[in-house]
Amino acid sequence: MIPLYFTEDHEWIRFENSIATVGITNHAQEELGDLVFVELPEAGGKIIKGQSVVVVESVKAASDIYAPVDGQITQVNEILSSDPALVNQSAEKDGWLWKMVITNEQQLAGLLDAEAYRKFIG
Amino acid sequence: MGNTAEKLKILPLEDLHIKARAKFGAFSGWNMPISYPVGVMKEHLHTRCFSGLFDVSHMQVIAMEGPDIDAFLSFALPLDTTTLFSGQSCYTYMLDEKAGIIDDLMITRLGKDRFIAVVNASNATVDIDEFRCRIANFNCAIRPLNHIVLLSLQGPKAAEIMCSLGFSNEKLTFMHGYEPYDGWLVTRSGYTGEDGFEIALPIDVAHAFTERLLADHRVQWAGLAARDSLRLEAGLCLHGQDITTETNPVEANLTFAIPKSLRGKAGFVGADALSKALITPPVRLRVGLKPNTHQPVRAGSMLFDENGRQIGIVTSGGFGPFFGGPVAMGYVATSCARPGVKLFTNVRGKMIIIAVHSLPFVPQRYFKG
Repeated sequence: MIPLYFTEDHEWIRFENSIATVGITNHAQEELGDLVFVELPEAGGKIIKGQSVVVVESVKAASDIYAPVDGQITQVNEILSSDPALVNQSAEKDGWLWKMVITNEQQLAGLLDAEAYRKFIG
Repeated sequence: MGNTAEKLKILPLEDLHIKARAKFGAFSGWNMPISYPVGVMKEHLHTRCFSGLFDVSHMQVIAMEGPDIDAFLSFALPLDTTTLFSGQSCYTYMLDEKAGIIDDLMITRLGKDRFIAVVNASNATVDIDEFRCRIANFNCAIRPLNHIVLLSLQGPKAAEIMCSLGFSNEKLTFMHGYEPYDGWLVTRSGYTGEDGFEIALPIDVAHAFTERLLADHRVQWAGLAARDSLRLEAGLCLHGQDITTETNPVEANLTFAIPKSLRGKAGFVGADALSKALITPPVRLRVGLKPNTHQPVRAGSMLFDENGRQIGIVTSGGFGPFFGGPVAMGYVATSCARPGVKLFTNVRGKMIIIAVHSLPFVPQRYFKG
């Protein structure tokens, strides 16, 4: 089973073959509503936990998506530039935001598992 | 905006919104449906293509009556009520002595000495206090109505839907209204740029009437978020953002609401300042703005000319689902207030081009008969 982690900022992290894929949860996209723009970072950038990496814009407002762990961005989901609604349609799969290598894997231990996240959102 | 620590007021139809699984949020002291599970985008498009139903019971309805009512209204508002016949509505605003806009409102004459006004929820207390202050020397009274439901049915199918419920309306044109039953008022008006109706009705019959509307498959609930994106596409102002006590009707491009017969006359509050504003070239003007990217530009963003000089500010900004891109409005220096003029704004460190655009962004489709 591929390890899946969640944050209290409503992101999910799938850690597979040393690469973490990051996105927002289905609960988060429901709360945000229809997205009309996703501002993606450049691949290659170093990011630290808590730093704003992506900005998603709904019809009404802009929201920051934060780095859940330290690392370096290896790829961004370019499809979202032309189809931001993909995040609404498939938040936890096709609507992923970026992939990254993790500098400090121990940070993963501080994140929530699926069960704990479910409890967190009630 | 509502203070969440305060107890929010509850809409009389809240149970219907809960049943429709609305997402709620605080607005002007009310717990309001912001959107429904289909999402703001579909609510918006459904309203433009079929019909959206809005619960706007948070807005304040005020009954006004008495022998001096015409004289009072022509003093309290920049209005010549003698030109309004029974059943006719008009858009107007309440000015302060500097001709700043205290609020904008709709007013409908219901009879020889009877009117109904609908004012913004966010300004209800200020408006009522101000009306009470201005009424002192007149033999008439205002009465805020707090036990009614106000619905707004908007969109190209609204007329057919109302007709199917027994409200014939082929003779009811935009900005006209009537009282179909005791305690009801139906006006052909709205805040979306579409044909539509605003329906005030007593609470005790509101549930049944609303459920009859919702039984029509062409009707979809639409929340405050869609109301905001629809009015922005239609180029309509939101008081508190696009117009405030710091803006006058001339720079807000709202002089259409002042009857020609009133210009230069001094009979209403704010007349002197307004007369001055009408003959002085305005320093700034309200315009539509269209960002050149897919990225929305939000209220409060500063606008710069090509030399980096600040020449304006965005007062409303978001996304226009029917227009198919980001839309905004704001104030710019008069020299820049022409469609096509390229301006710049800074979005999170990046300068993007935003062009002055004509208003509305989508054609208004009012029923003029």
